Amino acid sequence: MTEKAYLILEDGATFEGSMFGYQGETIGEVVFNTSMSGYQEVLTDPSYIGQIVAMTYPMIGNYGVNEEDVESDRIQVAGFVVKEYSKSYSNYRAVDSLANYLITARIPAIEGIDTRRLTLHIRDKGALRGGIFTDPENALSRLLSHPRMEGLDLATGVSCQEPHDFGAADATLPLVGVYDFGVKLNILRLLAASGFSVRVYPSQTPVERVVRDGVRGILLSNGPGDPNAIPYCKDLVRDIMKREIPTFGICLGHQLIGLGLGGTTYKLKFGHRGANQPVINLSNGRVEISTQNHGFAVDFDSLKNDPDVEITHINLNDNTMEGLSHKKLPIFSVQYHPEASPGPHDSRYLFEQFCGMVAG
Amino acid sequence: MPKRTDINKILIIGSGPIIIGQACEFDYSGSQACKALKEEGYAVVLVNSNPATIMTDPELADRTYIEPITPEIVERIIELERPDALLPTVGGQTALNVTLALSERGVLEHYTVELIGADIHSIRKAEDRDLFKKAMQAIGLSVPQSGLASSVDEALAVLEKINLPIIIRPAFTLGGAGGNIVYNREDFIELVAKGLDESPIRQVLLEESVVGWKEFELEVMRDKKDNVVIICSIENMDPMGIHTGDSITVAPQQTLTDAEYQILRNMAIRIIREIGVDTGGSNIQFAVNPSDGRVMVIEMNPRVSRSSALASKATGFPIAKIAAKLAVGFTLDEIPNDITKETPACFEPTIDYVVVKAPRWAFEKFEGADSRLGTQMKSVGEAMAIGRTFKEAFQKALRSLEINRYGFGSDGVLKIMQMLKRLPDRHKRDIIEKELFNTREDRIFYINVAFKMGWSVERIAQLTNIDKWFLTQLSEIVEEGRIFSEDCRKGGLTADNVRSMKRLGFSDRQLAYLSHREELNRLYDRGPEVQKEYAEALKNLEDDVRRFRMEKGIIPGFRLVDTCGGEFEAYTPYYYSSYDDDDETTASDKKKIMILGGGPNRIGQGIEFDYCCCHASFALREEGIESIMVNSNPETVSTDYDTSDQLYFEPLTLEDVLHIYNRVKPDGVIVQFGGQTPLRLARQLSESGVTIIGTSPESIDRAEDRERFAEVVRKLGLLQPENGIAFTPEEAIRIAGAIGYPVLVRPSYVLGGRAMAIIYDETSLTDYIATAVELSPEHPILVDDFLEDAIEIDVDAICDGRDVYIGAIMEHVEEAGIHSGDSACIIPPLSLSAEMNRQIVRATEALALDLEVVGLLNIQFAIKDDRLYVIEVNPRASRTVPFVSKTTGVPLAKIALKVMLGRSLAEFGLKKMKEIPYVSVKEAVLPFNKFPGVDTLLSPEMKSTGEVMGISGNFGESYYKATLAAGDSLPLEGTVLLSMNSRSRGELREEARRLYDSGFRLIATEGTAQYYNEHGIICDQVHKVSEGRPNIIDLMKNGEIDMIINTPTGKMSKDDSYAIRQAAVRYHIPYVTTAQAAKAAVHGLLAVKQNKGRGLSVRPIQEYHREVR
Repeated sequence: MTEKAYLILEDGATFEGSMFGYQGETIGEVVFNTSMSGYQEVLTDPSYIGQIVAMTYPMIGNYGVNEEDVESDRIQVAGFVVKEYSKSYSNYRAVDSLANYLITARIPAIEGIDTRRLTLHIRDKGALRGGIFTDPENALSRLLSHPRMEGLDLATGVSCQEPHDFGAADATLPLVGVYDFGVKLNILRLLAASGFSVRVYPSQTPVERVVRDGVRGILLSNGPGDPNAIPYCKDLVRDIMKREIPTFGICLGHQLIGLGLGGTTYKLKFGHRGANQPVINLSNGRVEISTQNHGFAVDFDSLKNDPDVEITHINLNDNTMEGLSHKKLPIFSVQYHPEASPGPHDSRYLFEQFCGMVAG
Repeated sequence: MPKRTDINKILIIGSGPIIIGQACEFDYSGSQACKALKEEGYAVVLVNSNPATIMTDPELADRTYIEPITPEIVERIIELERPDALLPTVGGQTALNVTLALSERGVLEHYTVELIGADIHSIRKAEDRDLFKKAMQAIGLSVPQSGLASSVDEALAVLEKINLPIIIRPAFTLGGAGGNIVYNREDFIELVAKGLDESPIRQVLLEESVVGWKEFELEVMRDKKDNVVIICSIENMDPMGIHTGDSITVAPQQTLTDAEYQILRNMAIRIIREIGVDTGGSNIQFAVNPSDGRVMVIEMNPRVSRSSALASKATGFPIAKIAAKLAVGFTLDEIPNDITKETPACFEPTIDYVVVKAPRWAFEKFEGADSRLGTQMKSVGEAMAIGRTFKEAFQKALRSLEINRYGFGSDGVLKIMQMLKRLPDRHKRDIIEKELFNTREDRIFYINVAFKMGWSVERIAQLTNIDKWFLTQLSEIVEEGRIFSEDCRKGGLTADNVRSMKRLGFSDRQLAYLSHREELNRLYDRGPEVQKEYAEALKNLEDDVRRFRMEKGIIPGFRLVDTCGGEFEAYTPYYYSSYDDDDETTASDKKKIMILGGGPNRIGQGIEFDYCCCHASFALREEGIESIMVNSNPETVSTDYDTSDQLYFEPLTLEDVLHIYNRVKPDGVIVQFGGQTPLRLARQLSESGVTIIGTSPESIDRAEDRERFAEVVRKLGLLQPENGIAFTPEEAIRIAGAIGYPVLVRPSYVLGGRAMAIIYDETSLTDYIATAVELSPEHPILVDDFLEDAIEIDVDAICDGRDVYIGAIMEHVEEAGIHSGDSACIIPPLSLSAEMNRQIVRATEALALDLEVVGLLNIQFAIKDDRLYVIEVNPRASRTVPFVSKTTGVPLAKIALKVMLGRSLAEFGLKKMKEIPYVSVKEAVLPFNKFPGVDTLLSPEMKSTGEVMGISGNFGESYYKATLAAGDSLPLEGTVLLSMNSRSRGELREEARRLYDSGFRLIATEGTAQYYNEHGIICDQVHKVSEGRPNIIDLMKNGEIDMIINTPTGKMSKDDSYAIRQAAVRYHIPYVTTAQAAKAAVHGLLAVKQNKGRGLSVRPIQEYHREVR
């Protein structure tokens, strides 16, 4: 039997399980994800920085881990929670077990947790701070001294240090600049596949520099934390708008555009994390099944009276805003993840749309 | 977009009788569709020949035609009803085929009936192999390459284009007989030649083999705005090569990464768009190469299917209901998700549990059947189980099957182990290898044994092609069992070890066995004479485990099936049990009654009992009582989450039922309606303090215990066939001699006609004792006087303790000795005198009152020489309840339930049996076409899978229609082959003459021909098989024979008549094997022939019911 461990939430709720990843303790915001497959993509998604992710699907580890299905160069979550970890794995692409993957990355993980009870608890109480502990002593005070997600700028910290090209730079292709707030690799892969030369910039890069490089379009990436806490974001967005550069925002990038347009953001009770969220595209009435991963959202009401802003997408589950575009400027953004990974590919048309916008 | 207002009346085609491959899942989908469309205000016209369905209840559609589902009949219905639209996608393959035929005949065009759900173009594209292949290639997807060949040379040409291994399938053989996989050129040539010989049209289909590839299914829905969602993914544990209906399947898929799953999802969306299913659901099957991820599209069903029923139950998403709404113009985003209420149906369900489906076979019923599993489905039912982990769900699924297993081995059933024990190691290994490689029904238990003997996952994977992930899970179950056993040997049960085993899905029975494995093994080794002691020891230990658990508070909680992994609140109380920390049931003060369902379909216990359970639930609702349904069968209406107030998807074992009982604390439990399954639990439940509603277990015992029942019969002055009970072979021979042959013999401990036989002489009796049964002091056999040529009568009645209402008296067409479930029967009886009718009524009343029946009872009588014998009384719902209800319009099951709750029959104005001015015939549907080689003679052992009903103003036409609905079109002209034993020659002289006089050509085998020619009925003689050619079989092959009357006797003519019967099944020629059925058939076809100008009548049952008095 592996070591007994506990998942403890800031309200005192305690779940007993056992360690299966790195034998250590961790604290973060505890969130649940309802995707039934794609744990490797979830683990490596930078948007999960500072969070302990619980999978609602109970059997995790079945297909091991492979070299391709990653969204960044390392595991990003603060901790991982599952009902049953499957020690054995079977898949022709697998190179290692999930447990070894977590151990190598020094990420604590706990199994044997009644993840459904945990999910219902979070649904009821909202996102909570929590931790994986081997010793429950003083857990609560440690949790309460850990900062809340609201007000945390996590994106700046995860951003790359230097501008760099994704793949080989190709001068024959239009250049797109990606503002990296914790960008998922699949966004870069899809941009490249759409026929762009892709250059990734640190999040605080002045627009001027990007323009100097000759970018034809800008992508504001996804990322972790509270959008409101990123001090420079409004100026950045306004600078981009002023220059009328075709711009596409995804997730955090969408929230930043919302803020830049004068809107406000707020924290959702427990967020949207999964691969089955229905989003309606208001321009044609079609529904996309989308991948989502966000705890904050742009306030619908804060933008609805702006005559230049058009709400383009809405979440059918709770009617939250899922996408917007500017009527005069070449800017649009979505709250969800058109790059999916994990999740359905229904929304890939947005990359084509961006292509069209860049081509003018 | 709102629903369509340009259509008003919609025709729904059902799937007809339950057959292998098409079971009650289509009652589930059809009922949902009827309800959904009526709810939207459409007039619904339904045609379905199966009276045992909920969908044919008169309230479900506006006009319900219980008529044969043939193009001619449906055309007449269309002509009469003039529907605006036809929904062809909820009635299985039957509905699709009839729809295609209607379209080809121009009927749809002529009456301007619009197809909704799927149009002709897409049905064709999905159904036609060639068109489908082309469509897939057009969108860049791969399908297994294939080609046809009529000679070895042509086959070699095909081989140029297809890679080995190749599957060779002879065309038009029965049950896929003669199919082979070849891996090299040499075998290829040989097996093609063999296949060509086996095919009646000398043609083989050659197909690239994907045997052993992983098999996946996706359930897809699309609306007219082109929104597409995947409801569920299903992974087959048994990979390609074994029909998905015969595979253990798991939802959601377990072994694909998200990237790989999304490839299938994208393909599924492209396929449904390309095929053009505009509104509704489809099932798409994929094969995935486990070594490189290559994908092939196997097939697409442009309709709801068995898998969509499974997916609906697995996710809580009602596919058929939504499909019906999409078909009339709604879009997915306009339809709410019933379970969460606030979110729309336009999403993809996510689940936080694992679902396992396991098939149920019935090979024991079909002597000589090839029990190897392959691409042709052979299972007759299935059970589904839900658990929080794969292991938990898997073990629950196996114990849901009711095959006397309580999980994945380690349950005290030691048959395989015992058999292997005596063999030398090499032989042992060979047997296991063979059983793992040749998939048969108990392969899963051989895998268990192999693990116990230390075989590795790799070795088993090589033999079975089962993915290592699943095999490792299975090996872990075995390993945990071993560790637990060790622990118990050292320190007995502990709260910790029991709890952790329960989380792995172990049943109390398994823990009982494992906790005392060595003692039990030793006891078992002492041989058959301690069997009873062994069973008792096991049972007592099981009780100990349960007591221990209760003391320690180790009980399961119930979790919700909510479509969303807990993200939103769920409002539908659909539960499964699990040993997690939580329980999500909510207490209510309302009066509650729990209904135990019938579990997986099997022969002898099918949809009829589910029908009764649903009615029990409806009746509770009408009485304002909360209904709690417990069942494990995903095909059924009873496991629809809106049939009852609460649904528990659980195995029907004592342990599981008690958990629900203790949690819900209902005011009572109903065991009368679900067939043998709940009845078997009645006594133990009652001993555990459960209140059984209706007839008391004591009364049930009086009816079922042979001696006590004989006492009742004697007391009431009724007659029973002479009988005795034998504990030794000598005794059996003595008793049979005293009673006089023929005798009916059967083991005392099995029900439902298992191993029952009619024995004509002592030699056969000795033979029977030696081969068919295990006769010992613990397992006596019952010997009854067999009433030869007696008329068999069935009665369904309700008793409230004071009055008795007889639903109907049914006369069987076939004589006593043929299982009542396999016999056609008639309401009202044809040949009973008024006096005999009165006697039956009096006997029924006396038995019901004396046995203190409260609720339903079924009595079987036999009449011989004008004397009435009681064969048996069953104080419970019978197989014929739905047939009687559909015939008379009186919902017996519902009323019985209300009576069980304390109401009187008088309150319903039910006194005298109803008189009906029409005739209704029930006919059995037999699965012989799936089991080549199995003799088709009827016997006391039930073999039918389903039933149909024919109804009209007279017996002849009703019988003809019933036969037609069962799949046999009796000829109105042509040639009839007669091959009879001497007795039936005389009995059928009148029929032969009438056939001859009506212009039929008669041909006969020697004896029969001679007899009839002597009696002035001209008959051409034909060669028997051994007499040279062309012989009988040649004529059948050539299509020169339109009907066969073949009555065999003893062993003498068996070989030849066996060959005739086999050929009849193979060439699909209507045949009868009893004189009584022959009379009915001749009567029927002549009635219709005389009526020819007018054709067959069609009329909705609502109109018939108006004539009931």
